[in-house]
Amino acid sequence: MAQQRDELEMAPDAAEAWPDRIYDLLKEHGIRQVALVPDAGHSRLIRRCEADNELRVVTLTTEEEGVAQLFGAWLGGQKGVLLMQSSGVGNCINMLSVAVAHRTPLPMIVTMRGEFGEFNPFQVPMGQATPAVLEAMGTLVRRADRPEDVAPTVEATLRLAFNTYRPTATLIGQRVLGAKTFGK
Amino acid sequence: MSGSIETGKGGKMNRRALVRELLRDRGGLLAIGGLGAPAWDITAAGDVPENLPLWGGMGGAAMMGLGLALAQPSRRVLVITGDGEMLMGIGALATIAVQRPANLSVVVLDNEHYGETGMQETHTRHGVDLAGMARAAGIADSRLITDAKDAPALRDAILTGQGPLFAQVKVDESPEPLVLPPREAALLQARMREAILGPAAHLQ
Repeated sequence: MAQQRDELEMAPDAAEAWPDRIYDLLKEHGIRQVALVPDAGHSRLIRRCEADNELRVVTLTTEEEGVAQLFGAWLGGQKGVLLMQSSGVGNCINMLSVAVAHRTPLPMIVTMRGEFGEFNPFQVPMGQATPAVLEAMGTLVRRADRPEDVAPTVEATLRLAFNTYRPTATLIGQRVLGAKTFGK
Repeated sequence: MSGSIETGKGGKMNRRALVRELLRDRGGLLAIGGLGAPAWDITAAGDVPENLPLWGGMGGAAMMGLGLALAQPSRRVLVITGDGEMLMGIGALATIAVQRPANLSVVVLDNEHYGETGMQETHTRHGVDLAGMARAAGIADSRLITDAKDAPALRDAILTGQGPLFAQVKVDESPEPLVLPPREAALLQARMREAILGPAAHLQ
């Protein structure tokens, strides 16, 4: 049952290693605050973060809270990362001006919907608009469409954020995650 | 010094006098001022590096306070914002309540209006109870303050109490003269980081 549910929610295959590689990168780069609105594609990474007492996991009511939170974290000398699905990017638009104006490092790791074998029509508009919206708000966007590309792309996203003081994003393609089908 | 907080015609506190009282002898207190009048209010009390006045990010002030409070658990963090700004990010009260930061206070200067855009009424003008919402979210110490005599106890709680604390303070709606902080936000961020972390802030 759990496996069936995982497939419906398009969590990555349990054998896939890339969520664990992202977790390793968060540790290597000294991330201390993990702000998120859950996505099935991030479920394994979220479990790893929640099991780590050195990471403060903050579940948000809406993704823009995370942009604000990570600005506060940086004011206090802590690094953070924002995890969300593509629909959540739309909730962040105006708040991204905070990171741009203050020159705040803001790495985001976005699991994509609405682009590869999507079942739900409501996921398509924001999924298609995600890279354009992020770039329109000054974010450096990189994509990973194969499992082996995820870790290097996330590492580049972390380095770009903390070395050059700006919002950055890795988009993890829906092809990597699998499509939610509801059995269709 | 509650006697030093003037009140307006309706008996409500003057916002500048209240903020001056809350930020008096503040020690290491870090203050975030929400977009609009609260940013000018904290600046009028003294434009210091421990102040982060916001020129934007409406709805984000309380969450910025949470991120800062979690990063600096040994420092006190005070978010001073307005009723309109708080309403735009009201879900933050739930997020903060769940995180339980002992060093974070959120004070809403409630003039029941959007002051920067022509004094249109906010929902608090029509009975929306922000302190009640905060309490229902799980912030146990949530106060509605209407009398200047309660300001010293609020100040004590901000500086030494067990947080998180939320206070909705009814303030007079009369506008105050603009006292503008620097508009270069990279400077505002860098100066607070340096005040907290020292010169190493710029080598992180």
